Amino acid sequence: MRPELDLDALLGDGGKHVIACCGSGGVGKTTTAAALALRAAEAHGRRAVVLTIDPARRLAQSLGMEALDNTPRPVAGVRGGSLDAMMLDMKRTFDEVVASHTTPERAAEIFANPFYQAVSSTFSGTQEYMAMEKLGQLRATGRWDLIVLDTPPSRSALDFLDAPARLARLLDGRVIRLLSAATPGSRRSMLSLMGASAAVFTRVFNKVLGGHLLTDVAEFTASLEDTFGGFRKRAEATFRALQGDQTSFLVIAAPEPAAVGEAVYFTRRLTEERMPLDGMILNRLTPVAADLSAERALGAAAALEEADADDPVAAVLRTHADLARRRAAEERVAARYAAACPAVPQRWLPALGVEVVDLDDLRAFGAAAAGGSSPVV
Amino acid sequence: MSATARNASRLHIVTGKGGTGKTSVAAALALALAGPGRRVLLVEVEGRQGIAPLFDAASLGYEERHLAAGLDGGEVFGQSVGADEALLDYLAMFYRLGSAGKVLQKTGAIDFATTIAPGLRDILLTGKLKEAVSRTESGRMAYDAVVLDAPPTGRVVKFLNVTVESGRLAKTGPIGNHSRSVARMLHSSLTAVHLVTTPAAMPVQETADAYRELMAADLPVGHVVLNKVAGAKAVEVAAEEVGAGLERAGLHADGALVAGLMEEYASARAEIESVGAYRERLERLGRPVAELPLLPEGVDLSGLYQLARVLRPGVAGGRRTGKGAPDAA
Repeated sequence: MRPELDLDALLGDGGKHVIACCGSGGVGKTTTAAALALRAAEAHGRRAVVLTIDPARRLAQSLGMEALDNTPRPVAGVRGGSLDAMMLDMKRTFDEVVASHTTPERAAEIFANPFYQAVSSTFSGTQEYMAMEKLGQLRATGRWDLIVLDTPPSRSALDFLDAPARLARLLDGRVIRLLSAATPGSRRSMLSLMGASAAVFTRVFNKVLGGHLLTDVAEFTASLEDTFGGFRKRAEATFRALQGDQTSFLVIAAPEPAAVGEAVYFTRRLTEERMPLDGMILNRLTPVAADLSAERALGAAAALEEADADDPVAAVLRTHADLARRRAAEERVAARYAAACPAVPQRWLPALGVEVVDLDDLRAFGAAAAGGSSPVV
Repeated sequence: MSATARNASRLHIVTGKGGTGKTSVAAALALALAGPGRRVLLVEVEGRQGIAPLFDAASLGYEERHLAAGLDGGEVFGQSVGADEALLDYLAMFYRLGSAGKVLQKTGAIDFATTIAPGLRDILLTGKLKEAVSRTESGRMAYDAVVLDAPPTGRVVKFLNVTVESGRLAKTGPIGNHSRSVARMLHSSLTAVHLVTTPAAMPVQETADAYRELMAADLPVGHVVLNKVAGAKAVEVAAEEVGAGLERAGLHADGALVAGLMEEYASARAEIESVGAYRERLERLGRPVAELPLLPEGVDLSGLYQLARVLRPGVAGGRRTGKGAPDAA
């Protein structure tokens, strides 16, 4: 028997200030985050804000996020509590970080650096890092008592945890120092071996990447380091803040092998890192309304078709059998999660018939997610 | 961009929104392309390991490995390309790096290099594809076709548009030439980018957006694949008839069961009717639309062959079987 996730208890818990929705792409993370934030406001009177990464256009419109200005805006039509919403602009967030930690002249220098332009707009870890950065900023204002965070559409849910550290490692410039220092005989023999290779490496890479790139990188990391003492520290601090019990992680999945596999990996990582994981939400189950096994439905359909090959009731029964088989297959996949992570409370949600695009849809989604118990397995 | 150009395609790039089943479609396409005597390479990037479980196989690596028998006797090989390995491979080709390469990898320098130049990463990955497409072995092409399970629609144009991204890299020397030749292939009729979607509003919208982006970047779009289409016979039926029918078939027809069946059938009908509208919208893009059925039990190995048979006449062209390859399935 899998423990049931009580979302209303979580959303109403005044001690929780951050809820992070994580999972692989295409499992309904953004919708879930928005629906939970709306329910927190309306059912629990929270002053909530939802930070989304890449919402579908119509959902963004209904949340009043048409202007991408990197600032939370109130959502119109919320009944009770308050809800603000924003869409992350990673380039602008990065610019703000730089601007707030240095003099205007120095900032201008950094902005003009080609490597900064590449990192702030295209590096695959930047989005994750900036999501964390923005989260930290929103918390610091104290304007909201609950921040619901949608995580970037990464290849893997783990990227959300790993990418910031990866970016910090890069910008911290250890490899760069290793490369530029490349002085044989320094410190240990191990280092000198690396130094020799590094010299080859620098030579080859200046050829491959163009001589200016390593210089740009070195300049960039140098100007960053003396302004705010290394990205690594900052990323570590954000990471530690997420380990506190004011934070809650929710793993979002869909009943497909890859998404459930991701959810299992992610859960194990969170447990290892002692991150506060409160539950798993399984979206998009095939809804089944009639209590009848696929086998009996198919048997009955065949019996009816013997008398009349075009019996309309047989068509209805075959439709049910298809749904029941789909659902059974999905539940077998979902059971892997329960087996691998038996202690994590779960919430299974049948797909809503309609696409979630406006506040009413979000409200219905939130009510379904929080209310009653999951359909019996 | 004509139908004949499509038949000449040897590099098939399969993309789609997350959750639309692009990996399954890529795998099925590889099986479909592997007709008698043909060899097809199925490639994934970014270390997702989405292909191996579909084939009940062990995790894929940088080495190409036999994965499955194609439809009607060809062979499908699998490979998972990482940027790090591709870079070492590339360096070994041009610079004779020797054992220094391994040390560099251990120190994280290789990771560093592919990280500081995101464009380099994509050039290395697409470059590896080009190498597989153009490789010859004992006088014939090593692979008749290469199928890529590509990054999702949101990132695919950036991934394929290597010339733009490589603007920051060295313009002269081997990497410059390399990226230009990769770009030439990606923009030529050798390549076809297939867009996978499901019959739902968001994926269809994203498909239309991706189509426009690909066209704007002058990348050749192949088929649109409408995946996971549920089937049901369209009949008119009232609750009373269902109740009576259940009794005739020997089932106890209580009110809740009848109501449940009616509800399910009504939403299934609505779903099927909406498929038509989505198909029309996709057809307006002007590319052939192939349709794949939803497999109720999920996609396993036998399901892949089932999907491959559906794809065979349309997307896979069917040149070898001598069929005329009609434009739309």
